[in-house]
Amino acid sequence: MTITICHGTDFYNEFKYMHELSIASSILDVVAKEAKTRPGAHILKVGLRIGELAGVDRDALSFGWEVLTKDTEWDGLRLEIEDVPRRQRCSVCAHEFAAPDFMTQCPKCSDPLSVTIAGDELDIAYLEVEEP
Amino acid sequence: MSQIAVEKKVLNENQIVAEKLRELFRQNGIFCFNLISSPGSGKTALLERTLERLPQDSRVAVLTGDLQTENDAIRLSRFGFPVKQIITGGTCHLDARMVEKHLAQWKLEDLNTLIIENVGNLVCPTGYDLGEAFKIVMLSVTEGEDKPLKYPSIFFKSELMILNKIDLLPYVPFDAAKAKENARKVHPGMEILEVSCTTEQGLDEWMRWLEQKRSSVFGR
Repeated sequence: MTITICHGTDFYNEFKYMHELSIASSILDVVAKEAKTRPGAHILKVGLRIGELAGVDRDALSFGWEVLTKDTEWDGLRLEIEDVPRRQRCSVCAHEFAAPDFMTQCPKCSDPLSVTIAGDELDIAYLEVEEP
Repeated sequence: MSQIAVEKKVLNENQIVAEKLRELFRQNGIFCFNLISSPGSGKTALLERTLERLPQDSRVAVLTGDLQTENDAIRLSRFGFPVKQIITGGTCHLDARMVEKHLAQWKLEDLNTLIIENVGNLVCPTGYDLGEAFKIVMLSVTEGEDKPLKYPSIFFKSELMILNKIDLLPYVPFDAAKAKENARKVHPGMEILEVSCTTEQGLDEWMRWLEQKRSSVFGR
């Protein structure tokens, strides 16, 4: 199922919601597939991992999720979002460090060329279910 | 109550199609890049300047995405290369399936370069892999120099930032050094080219960059 909602006059907000809505729709696809493999199980919660570099707005995603699941069998199914902060590894001294506010320069050796090792996730981590 | 590990990418379905496209491009020796920017930064203008500089026997094709109209395809088809418009009908980004569908009528063995011009938007196209070798992000000097910080994801994921409209620098309060510094905060070591599609400044470097990247992808 791919759903795209695309009407509106407030272009920037609509764009944003549309994007998160199609992400919500992809999440629902995965949930529905998992549900099929566990007949009778009641899914209570969907655990997501979203990195700060993933370009996904939490509020917009939750809004899209609500719109999408309202009055369906998934109505009330909760999203639990784990925010993943950015982490970098220095290309010179291999030091690993948190990089809030785009501080990607190595705090140990000051080399500017670090690589990102966490923070761009957009993953479904787990489902919480009640088995029959 | 129990927890079941799923551990899947949310955009897994798109990724599967994108990997299929990437393999097709590899088999056919096609160098593909995905050009992304805000509306009005000059993506289509850059592609016009690019196509007019290519020899007529170049085996290049362009897919251009917009919410509505075929205007961009009309602009780009003047250069004699195959161009197809993807009208998304409102969707704010291209996904791998749209690319797959629109490629179906072309013989891939006749091509060696595929240019994808994404829908004008710095947010939504970011997460959608289209099978490209690289994403390229364009910023123009009539925008804010803090855009890399406001929309970090696309600057993080792009191989190159093209700073366009640099002929306007004397007339706008845009700090180009700051913009580059911001881009490299988000993406350490990011490659950056400055161009003007009006005065054609920087376009030779752009064409050289493309050629070098193609060689690095195909090892020739």
